[in-house]
This record gives sequence, C-alpha cells and structure tokens, in this order.
Amino acid sequence: MNPAFSVIFLTTLIGVGQGFFLALYTGESYAIINVLPSQSQDFYVWGSVISVAFLIAGLISSIFHLGHPERAWRAASMWRTSWLSREVIVLPTVIGAVMVYGFVHYIGWDLTTFGIKTGVTGDLTLILGLGGVLVTFLLFLCTGMIYGCIKFLQEWATPLTVINYTLLGGASGFTFAALFSAYMAPSLVNFYAGWAIIITLSALITRVASLMRNAKIRHKSSLKTAIGVRDNRIKQTAMGFMGGSFNTREYFHGMSLLFMKSTKWIFLVLVFAVPVILLSLAINEANTGLLIAAFVSQYIGLIAERWFFFAQANHPQNLYYQRVG
Amino acid sequence: MTQLALVIDLNVCVGCHACVTSCKEWNTSGPAGYMSDDNPYEKDPTGTFFNRVQTYEVGEYPKTETVHFPKSCLHCEDPPCVPVCPTGASYKREEDGIVLVDYDKCIGCKYCSWACPYGAREIDEHQKVMKKCTLCVDRIYDEELPEAERKPACVLACPTSARLFGDVHDPESTVSETIREAAGFQLMPEWGTKPANHYLPRRKTKIRIHEDELIRADNPLKKEGERPKIDDDSHTLDDVTSW
Repeated sequence: MNPAFSVIFLTTLIGVGQGFFLALYTGESYAIINVLPSQSQDFYVWGSVISVAFLIAGLISSIFHLGHPERAWRAASMWRTSWLSREVIVLPTVIGAVMVYGFVHYIGWDLTTFGIKTGVTGDLTLILGLGGVLVTFLLFLCTGMIYGCIKFLQEWATPLTVINYTLLGGASGFTFAALFSAYMAPSLVNFYAGWAIIITLSALITRVASLMRNAKIRHKSSLKTAIGVRDNRIKQTAMGFMGGSFNTREYFHGMSLLFMKSTKWIFLVLVFAVPVILLSLAINEANTGLLIAAFVSQYIGLIAERWFFFAQANHPQNLYYQRVG
Repeated sequence: MTQLALVIDLNVCVGCHACVTSCKEWNTSGPAGYMSDDNPYEKDPTGTFFNRVQTYEVGEYPKTETVHFPKSCLHCEDPPCVPVCPTGASYKREEDGIVLVDYDKCIGCKYCSWACPYGAREIDEHQKVMKKCTLCVDRIYDEELPEAERKPACVLACPTSARLFGDVHDPESTVSETIREAAGFQLMPEWGTKPANHYLPRRKTKIRIHEDELIRADNPLKKEGERPKIDDDSHTLDDVTSW
C-alpha cells in the first residue's frame, strides 16, 4: 500500500494518547493500594488534558484522509459491519471518557459526593477511569481490526496487528508518562520508565514476530488466479493505459527495496533500542533531557514503523498493474 | 433473486478498448456527474475509469498466446467492499445484485478500495468520492430506450460480442447457459468473494479430419466401374425440347 501520512499520524498520535491515559490510570490505581505515592489532582488533570490533546490531534489528522470531511458524521452509521465505523464511534468516546476522568479530578468529586461511602479516596475517578480503560482497549482493537480484517492483505490479516497497535501505543504512552512525571511527579519516573521499558520490549517481541511472519508469507493470489489462466508463465504486456491511475498510486509505495529495508532497521532502532537504553539511563536520575530524547526517538520511530506497516502490505490488485506497455 | 452480471469471453476479445471508451463516454455524460480527467492530452494523463482492458502474454516464445483481459467491477455476490464502508454509501442492491456507491453519502475514505482485491474501485480525484462500474444502472432500466439497447454501454460497443449481459441466477438465461457450457470461471476464487461476473477461457477451435474422411468410401462410381459414355449420334433431350 502507499502509506498516507494522515493515517500514520492518526494511529501514532491516538496511540500515545491512549497509552498515556492507561499510564495515568495505572498510576492512580497503584496509588490507591499505596504501592505508589498518591498524586495531586493537578497531575491527573494535566495528564488528561495532554492525553485528550494527543487524541484530538489524531482525530484532526484523520480528517485530512477524507475526501468529504463534512460528511464524516455519516461514518458512525455502519458500526454493525465496519471496523472503521466502530473506530469513528469509539475514538470520540475515548476522548469523552478521558475528559470526564480529568474533569472529575478537577472538581475533586468522590462517591461520597453522592452519599455513597466506600472509604477509598478517588473511588469515583477509579470507576470512571475503568470505563475509560475499557474503551481505550476497545479503540486499540478497532484501529487494529481496520487493517486486520482485510483477509487478502495477508501481511495485516493476523492477530499480531491488533497486538502490535496496542503494545506500541502503550509503549509510547508510558514513555510519555515517564517524561510527564519528570515534570509533574518525579517520584513516579521510575515506575513509568520501568513499565515503558517492559511494554517496549514486549512490543519488540510481537513486532519482530510479525516481521518474521511477513518475511516468509506466501501470497494466495497470483497472476494465474487473477486472470484465471492455468499457466505459470504469464506476464503482463499492457495494463491498459500509459499514464497513472488511482490503481497505480494508491497501492504501492513507489520506494526502492533499499529504502524499505532501511526503514525497517531505522524503526527497530528508534522505537525499541534507543528508548530502552535512554529510559534505563533515566531511571533513578529523572533526567528530563534523556526522557525527552527517549519519547522523541520512539515517536519518530513509530512514524517509520507505521509507514513500513502500510508499505509492506502487498495488495493483490497490484497483480493487474505491473507493466505500462 | 436476480444477479445481473457480465460474462466476458476471453477467447473472443480482441483488445480494442471499445468497451473502455464507450463506458467512459456513457458514464461521464450520465446523471451521476462527470468522471474527471487530468492532463488528458498532456504529459502524465490520468483519470477515472470503470473499465480497463489489459493484455497478458501466456507461455514462452515462440509458443505464446496473447490474452486481452477486460476488467471492471465484478459485482461480487459477497462483496468485501460493502461491509467495510463506514457510511453505508457502498451497497449491494437486493433487487438485481448490482454493487453501487451513493455519491452523496461517500466520504472518500478509500477504505472500500483497499478491501477490493480486484482494484475495481477508483477515487474521483476532483469529486473526492469512490467510483466504480454501475453496470450502467441508469441505462438498463430506461424504458425510453428500445429494449435491445437496455444493456450496459460496454456490451453494446463490443464489436466481437465478447461481452454478454444477463441474470446469472436464472438458469435459463443466455449468460448462465454460456457459463455452464463454455467453462465460465471467476477471478481470484481463493477469497470467497463469489464474483458475479464470469470469464470464458481461451480455447482452440480445431476441426479434426481423418484421412478416410477425405476419400468417399461408398462412391457409387467406384463400385460400379466406368460411367456409361454418351452416344454422340443419338438424340438427346435437348433435341426434342424447345424451351
């Protein structure tokens, strides 16, 4: 496929936003059972604001992918069959959930406000946040399944697609949380950086697994099935037109094999190696410079990773467009 | 249930592109609006088409065969492009099985084109909506046209009658009969899309003549020997009749 930067930014930005919200909620739930020092409401309020900013930035980016953004509201209608439609519903739901979560922290409500006494501080945000966590994971599922459900894009049609979207979003979100806590709550840097390393390494395993799977993929379609002639020696002599068309632009990245291979190694280094080293160094030091570098490296790496993800998918329609004439 | 479709005979198609140009002509002039072109007479021309004719070479030189292969939307019975559409703009008609795009609902997200293994859908770069073959839905039901002309433009334009149009669910129809009798097949059956359009394979038409068929075994002249000679002196019928 030919990667569209609108979709690359959509998926990477909402990944950071979702992962960061998960990080906030994880921190809060740990604090409730006194594993971590509890934080001021400011920490969660600003955290939610930034998470929502990432999600909205992603949403805005997605608009550039549409030919008719003014009709985008229609995209919520076919949720029964379309994962894209489901994403269109779930993404604003996540934004709303994080907003509510941040707002309740801001006004400092508890269940005692409504006359329910649980004896736990922050019980209301904990319950609301749990809803947010569920829709956040649902959004990872929707985003991944948009690609994973197209069975003839064999590079994508695997559960690894959803797993990678989830883990890579989580990794970048926790890395950002480490950076955020360096400013807002230095006592949490070790916690977030530690989890960021663990999630990044898990993502490394699943992403390498998908790279290995895709390296030896056998495509089910061939020119034989594409034109229905039972002969192994088929070659196209003319695709039917001399200029380009949507078919020649949309489904192939147009880059060299060298570029593809370089991108793969670049993202492996930037998304996994560099952040893991920098985060390890930043632990115990709360060095903001290192954490900024770790997040920037991982985010730029994710752009390369997403580019590679799209470019690697080999669409069977390309069989029909191999020679101009 | 009706399922309208095309049956394209690869044995007959000569690759003249008449179906391509007639399709473009009819559909760019239709009520659904033009099909945009960019730089049609300049460098790097590009445009929206519903139908293309491609050419393939099968075999190894000198024993090669050229296959001209027209490709348009196959109006799958289980179209993968329809369920993925987030707005419902892409739909399959219950009454005749035609897969259509509602240009007023399409948001131009291109997801349906990703979900079509055949590359049958093209975005219109100016109207920003997804377009595809409609089987000339604005023509086949037009009662102002003589009945013989209520067919897709490509079918009417084909000079070799390589394209047939009809209901593939009706076992009595010409298309069904042709699919049955001339080994009609579908493209990329591995994805379970069940394309309604069928193709007929290339086939060699040969007459097998045996040696003994060239010699008339029961020739009466051979059996009965020499043919009696005409007596030049006697009268013939011509001498007694005067018409």
